[in-house]
Amino acid sequence: MHIPDGYLSPATCAALYASSAPFWYVALRRLKRLLSTKLIPLLSVFAAFSFVVMMFNLPLPGGTTGHAVGVSIASIVLGPWASILAISIALFIQAVFFGDGGITAFGANSFNMAIAGSLVAYFTYRAISGKCAIVSRRRVFAAGVAGYLSINVAALLTGIELGIQPMLFRDASGAPLYAPYPLKIAIPAMMAGHLTVAGLAELILSAGLVAWLQRTHPSLLSATAPGAAQTETEAGGFGWLAIRPLLVGLTILMLITPLGILAVGSAWGEWSPHELANQALPAGVPHGLERLSSVWTAPFPSYSPPFLRSSSFGYFLSAAFGSGLILLAALALDWVIAARRRSG
Amino acid sequence: MRPNRVVEGSIHGFLRVLEHTLESEELARRAGLLQSLDPRVKLLGFLGLIVAAAASRKLEVIGAIFALASVLAVCSRVPLRTLVVRIWAGAFAFTGLIALPALFLTPGRTVARLPLLGWAVTAQGIRGATYLISRVQTTATLSMLLVLCTPWTHVLKALRVLRVPIVLVVILGMTYRYILLMIGTAGEMFESRRSRMVGRLEAKEARRLAIRTAGVLLSKTMQLSGDVYLAMQSRGFRGEVYVLDEFAMRRRDWTWLALFCALGAAAIWMGH
Repeated sequence: MHIPDGYLSPATCAALYASSAPFWYVALRRLKRLLSTKLIPLLSVFAAFSFVVMMFNLPLPGGTTGHAVGVSIASIVLGPWASILAISIALFIQAVFFGDGGITAFGANSFNMAIAGSLVAYFTYRAISGKCAIVSRRRVFAAGVAGYLSINVAALLTGIELGIQPMLFRDASGAPLYAPYPLKIAIPAMMAGHLTVAGLAELILSAGLVAWLQRTHPSLLSATAPGAAQTETEAGGFGWLAIRPLLVGLTILMLITPLGILAVGSAWGEWSPHELANQALPAGVPHGLERLSSVWTAPFPSYSPPFLRSSSFGYFLSAAFGSGLILLAALALDWVIAARRRSG
Repeated sequence: MRPNRVVEGSIHGFLRVLEHTLESEELARRAGLLQSLDPRVKLLGFLGLIVAAAASRKLEVIGAIFALASVLAVCSRVPLRTLVVRIWAGAFAFTGLIALPALFLTPGRTVARLPLLGWAVTAQGIRGATYLISRVQTTATLSMLLVLCTPWTHVLKALRVLRVPIVLVVILGMTYRYILLMIGTAGEMFESRRSRMVGRLEAKEARRLAIRTAGVLLSKTMQLSGDVYLAMQSRGFRGEVYVLDEFAMRRRDWTWLALFCALGAAAIWMGH
């Protein structure tokens, strides 16, 4: 993801330096005010940590290995502004002293990884973790999602920056002057590796480190957890209280399911043999389809239980029944996992 | 996959960084053309040439800047092996691999067809790939020459000429120093684990090892930050940062600065 010199035009580089500058300025101002004299050692040492952690070989499921950027864990421990500066400093040292990433492309790399990555990681982590306890498993989940999303947003931005080059910069013969692939190639090429390998590496590092910090140094997680409950019970842990907003949303959705009755006709491709026969197919209804359609008869066909007269209530009952079955399955799975953990 | 890659691969990566750092410091101490110049001249001159190479729309101009960088490397006694292995081969392999499909995917005038597959190679594709590879090789050579021929502390101090805030210059200097310290610490942690290992680690256990090591490193990081702060306070640090300005421009430095400016401007004008 580190863009070297030569892949982006000077105009793109300048635009991304200009886009990054306000973030660096605000980050420096805010941190100077908050940390005062502690700023220098904290940023220096954390940037060094980010640099070293980027060199770790992480084994991933599927037999491959990957490198993480560490942007998510920096945002979770330090907050977004300090993370922006720490990761930018690590990227600068990588570019200048180790040739990893370009000097002219430093603004672009910082914008993608340090700025967008830190902000996405921080807000994702805060949104998912909410006010749950510092030691809650939800924070591990939130850190994993934050890591995965942040690295993929950074990859998407990189793909866009590379992909616009051939649209904007060509020589007289039409040859691309910089990165040669258009958006339709650059974005999938960037995302393929990051949705799988690099995203997974960031997910594992972020979630793993948060789980490790919860056991060993929970105080390091408190900076980005204002108002966090002290215990799992107080926060509701992973129990019903914690997912209360989700349950409310689910109930609302169930209540409005009768809106489906307003739709006319059948969804495309979901026809019954009877409806298909009305489509005036030249070869008629395929035999296989006709035969297999009678193998299983659903208890609530077309979300309309046969014992009910009101189709609206039938829709609602179907939604409640389906949701209840899924919740029961989830509870059963949770019980099995907890039982295995107790016995192990 | 070899499950021990987490240990072996990480140790190898750490050693490579330390090796590059030592080599750069050794080269920066040698007597040579670039080593004798003021770091600010090198920083400004090389930045100008990098921008000129990045902005050029003519392959000849990029080639001329590349040739100039190679001559400067030879005059600065940078070994050919370092240039080829550390800069050119790496940049060529990485960018070459990325640029290769452009030969077939770039629309334009067909100049050849790939035997058996019949894919059309276009003139625009060849030109686009050449632009990318030559530009990357040239800029990589210039940026690495700057670091190879200048002690890192001088490179950082020279950043002041670009109006980089002094606090950032100090942070960068400290970061560089602590990177080397932490690489040593992380390397020792992996080494100690390797010395206790019999057989291969399962992928799951290797993952846990990497996370635990990163976690310990993070804890040490926060502890180190506090220790460094206390040490700075004990020496009277009150928030003001000073950097010793030990550079002094000589006539020779001014001449080279003028030469770099002239070459950069000419390259930008001719490459437009």
